[in-house]
Amino acid sequence: MSEDTPAAIRTRDLTKEFGRHRVVDSIDLAVPDGAVYGFLGPNGSGKTTTIRMLLGLARPTGGEISVLGVPVPDRAPDVLGRVGALVEGPAFHPQLTGRANLARLDAADAGSDPRTAADRIDAALRRVGLHQARDKRYRVYSLGMKQRLGIAAGLLVPRDLLILDEPTNGLDPQGTREVRHLIGSLAAEGITVLVSSHLLSEIEQVCTHLGVMRDGRLVAQGPIDELRARGRATLRLVTADPDRAGEVLRGLGAEDVDHTGQTVTATAGGLEPEAVVAALVGGGVGVREFGVRAASLEDVFIGLTGEGFDVSG
Amino acid sequence: MSAAEAAPRAGLGAWWRLLGSELRLTLGRRRNQFGLLVLAALPVMIAVTIRISGAGGGHGPDFFSAITSNGIFVALAAISVELTLFLPLAIAVLAGDAIAGEAGLGTLRYLLTVPVPRTRLLLTKYAALAIGALEGVVVVAAAGVVAGGLAFGLPPMTTLSGTTIPMVEATGRLVLAVLYVSAGLAALAAVGLFISTLTEQPIVAMVATTGVAALMWILDSIPQLGWLHPWLLVHHWLAFGDLFRDPVFTDGIVRGLWLALGYIVVFLIAARTVFVHRDVTS
Repeated sequence: MSEDTPAAIRTRDLTKEFGRHRVVDSIDLAVPDGAVYGFLGPNGSGKTTTIRMLLGLARPTGGEISVLGVPVPDRAPDVLGRVGALVEGPAFHPQLTGRANLARLDAADAGSDPRTAADRIDAALRRVGLHQARDKRYRVYSLGMKQRLGIAAGLLVPRDLLILDEPTNGLDPQGTREVRHLIGSLAAEGITVLVSSHLLSEIEQVCTHLGVMRDGRLVAQGPIDELRARGRATLRLVTADPDRAGEVLRGLGAEDVDHTGQTVTATAGGLEPEAVVAALVGGGVGVREFGVRAASLEDVFIGLTGEGFDVSG
Repeated sequence: MSAAEAAPRAGLGAWWRLLGSELRLTLGRRRNQFGLLVLAALPVMIAVTIRISGAGGGHGPDFFSAITSNGIFVALAAISVELTLFLPLAIAVLAGDAIAGEAGLGTLRYLLTVPVPRTRLLLTKYAALAIGALEGVVVVAAAGVVAGGLAFGLPPMTTLSGTTIPMVEATGRLVLAVLYVSAGLAALAAVGLFISTLTEQPIVAMVATTGVAALMWILDSIPQLGWLHPWLLVHHWLAFGDLFRDPVFTDGIVRGLWLALGYIVVFLIAARTVFVHRDVTS
């Protein structure tokens, strides 16, 4: 993305140190206007600290942040009214009801109209499916309901940008689907969304862009198709003559050629499937089955963040 | 409607709205309601005990010996007794909740991203604390007047100087006493608010603020530290009794007000300095 593309969020060399520990290390985040940006990385990779800095809660040790074109944290109060946020889990007063908690946040908002507060609170609760439980105390909410109330708080007034930190945490599969659906419908209204997760599978379907964090660094960023294309496709064919097939494939420049029984696999690299089949047939290899499997985003993600999802040190 | 069109208007109304929300939050807490009840119970206890067993001449502060002559002295006695522990404790609890409590719950990060500018939040919290101090003292005084009135009646008041003033004037002086004591407690609240910005654990802030008040009382009771006494907040608190002399003796009260103002300014600036620069990591 070039420097003059309109960006909802842009950071330059953003760095945060706690003592001598670099939690966020010179990252250049670029969230385009209108994108649904999946902010991925294992727990402890620096996602939440980055989000805290985007919202003016923590001061960067170095670097610059612009949110909706406004420098943060210096002018954070000027822009945060246009940003809805869920940061590191929901947090509300346990003795108040869901509705009273939202009323409290709305009362704190100098830009919101007190006359429409009740309607807006109702609409936000309805939108996240909490309307039935609006008069129950937050204390008795389940984890999923708490998470929903957190999202509702971000929807009290119209927003241009939503920053949702692990919004699916603690939700069951049904709840996770609903949150995905909600994100999709908000994006359809033109709201830019930054959504963080340590699980690619939970947000992959709704994202247009991805940024991947590992050990405080942004190791990959871009439109989701671009990242997917980074993965290496695999060729797979079944033949009565695997040794000969292997020779032909190597001759074409394919890598990682291997076979078990009659099944031969190789990394496709830049090879066109049509050319491969023609070469095989031309080389006298009888092809019984042939296929190319594109790399899944999961493969790319795991390649970037390391196997498994251990907490980053 | 896009968010950009909703122009923010942080007028006076917005301040009032947040302050109202603060007061509802504080007054709505069971624990705080119970606290007010405890504050109100003490003057009732004093009135009942003395009514039953008599004033028991000579011991205790001036107010106690005068109680049987006029119910209003129950209010004054209760205020002077509660200033040593209960009222400072109440302030400490509210101050602990103010910033450290919100930080501990995590609600602080959501208030700040609403957004509420940090200075505005701090000043609103402080205003709520000062109002809380006034509420506490009013409850003690009102409970004292009611309980004392029922037990000993409310005839024209004999001042500490021996002259007599009509009930209306006595009530006016009681109101002034309540305001003076509240100002002193509001100064303690500024100290408490500062401490509250330093931690994410409300209980730590509460203990520390109560500790500050207790320490000041102790230092105030050591005669060898006479040079320090004028600088101790609590040293001036009991000067409200001077309002019930004839003529009113104002030196102590004026000095107490100046010192309270000094504490308020110094500790609010300190609290703001810490709070504005602090990373909110809870």
